[in-house]
Amino acid sequence: MNVAIIGAGPAGCEAAFRLAEEGIQVDLIEKENVTGGNLNNWYQLFPDRKYAGELNAILRNQLNHPQIRLHLNTEAVRMERKGKGKFAVQLSDHSLLECDALLVTTGFKLFDAQRKEEYGYGIYDNVITSVELENKFMNQQLTTSTGEVPQRIGFIHCVGSRDEKICNYHCSKLCCITAVKQAIEVREMLPEAEILCFYMDMRMFGPGYEEMYREAQEKYNIKFVRGRLSEASENQNKQIIIKAEDTLIGKPLRMTLDLMVLMVGMEASEGSKKAATQLQLKQAPNGFIQPADPHYGNNRTNEEGIFIAGCSSAPMNLTDTLADARSAATALTQWLKHNCKHKNE
Amino acid sequence: MNYDKNDKAFAAYLAQKAPSSKLCIGCGGCTATCTAGNLTEFNIRKLQMLVKRGENEEACKSLYKCMLCGKCLLVCPRGVDTRKMILAMSEYIHRQS
Repeated sequence: MNVAIIGAGPAGCEAAFRLAEEGIQVDLIEKENVTGGNLNNWYQLFPDRKYAGELNAILRNQLNHPQIRLHLNTEAVRMERKGKGKFAVQLSDHSLLECDALLVTTGFKLFDAQRKEEYGYGIYDNVITSVELENKFMNQQLTTSTGEVPQRIGFIHCVGSRDEKICNYHCSKLCCITAVKQAIEVREMLPEAEILCFYMDMRMFGPGYEEMYREAQEKYNIKFVRGRLSEASENQNKQIIIKAEDTLIGKPLRMTLDLMVLMVGMEASEGSKKAATQLQLKQAPNGFIQPADPHYGNNRTNEEGIFIAGCSSAPMNLTDTLADARSAATALTQWLKHNCKHKNE
Repeated sequence: MNYDKNDKAFAAYLAQKAPSSKLCIGCGGCTATCTAGNLTEFNIRKLQMLVKRGENEEACKSLYKCMLCGKCLLVCPRGVDTRKMILAMSEYIHRQS
């Protein structure tokens, strides 16, 4: 029994290990030269501030398993169903894989902040994304484009999420807690700065998240303003002038920021779209792959023998992604055992 | 509202004297139960938000309407010491005048 897994992000790595432990032969295909996917762009994780590299290393080490073959720098060019319940995966290195089942763990893609033109990303130097801020944390250097220490920093929630104007109705779920985590990290680096979060709703869905939000307010003195940014402009000092309504007092607000951080949301990755097209997988209107059933079939798809895990089906935090990967491994194992027995009869 | 130009000394005083006021999430439970709010235009949630943004003049105008009954303190889900908050505000205004 063998399975091909498309994408070696956290979901792909975790599922590969769990399947291998069940004695299943796994081919893990990754287009980049390193495993971990988007996790490679993160410095610390919420809610425990674990180093992302630490988790990444654990997941990577698990791949040193005799049942796992890792294909780095390799793309799944063509995926299709063959006869007798088999699948064929044509790889970019011209080899052809044959397997009994497929697991699509193609993850997510970050929203391209330039599409939200009125926020000035790519136009004004002091508008950065949440991922670029993670990079600044890695380098332990947080300055404005002119090399100064920022005095006032604003986090803008829901950039690319819950916004019909850029065709994304969905909530990316993680940006709220990421903003809280990043605001705390900024506070630790800049004890004197004024730090504000502009939000529509604070969606603190996970264990310890609401507590972290509370701590951000009380201990770290982060200010939260309920209101969506309408537009940003730049002054001669390269500062960012923003407009929003403070909806809790019902007044329009104007403010100058030294640094503006856009909390970019999650979209269906190109890999997910490609897999969905080639394998005729049902997609939700937002492009993520639709599970067969939201409750008891979350890892199955509309196509028999093709499974999904992690952010290929919806925005998910790492806790849920890893749990989803383990759940997919269980579903796959059961399906393979049943299916292969059936074939032998 | 021009946040850059607003005077934030009042807000800083409030945060220092009644630190639990920073925990407000704007749910409005306080305003819903408020005795004064049921009889007048007084809105305690909005009042403290105005102070936090430096809209001091408007905040000062309504502050005296509070009767210090303390019902807001009983309903607040975040444990804001609303009584202490109101007293700190009165104290600040008193000192300024």
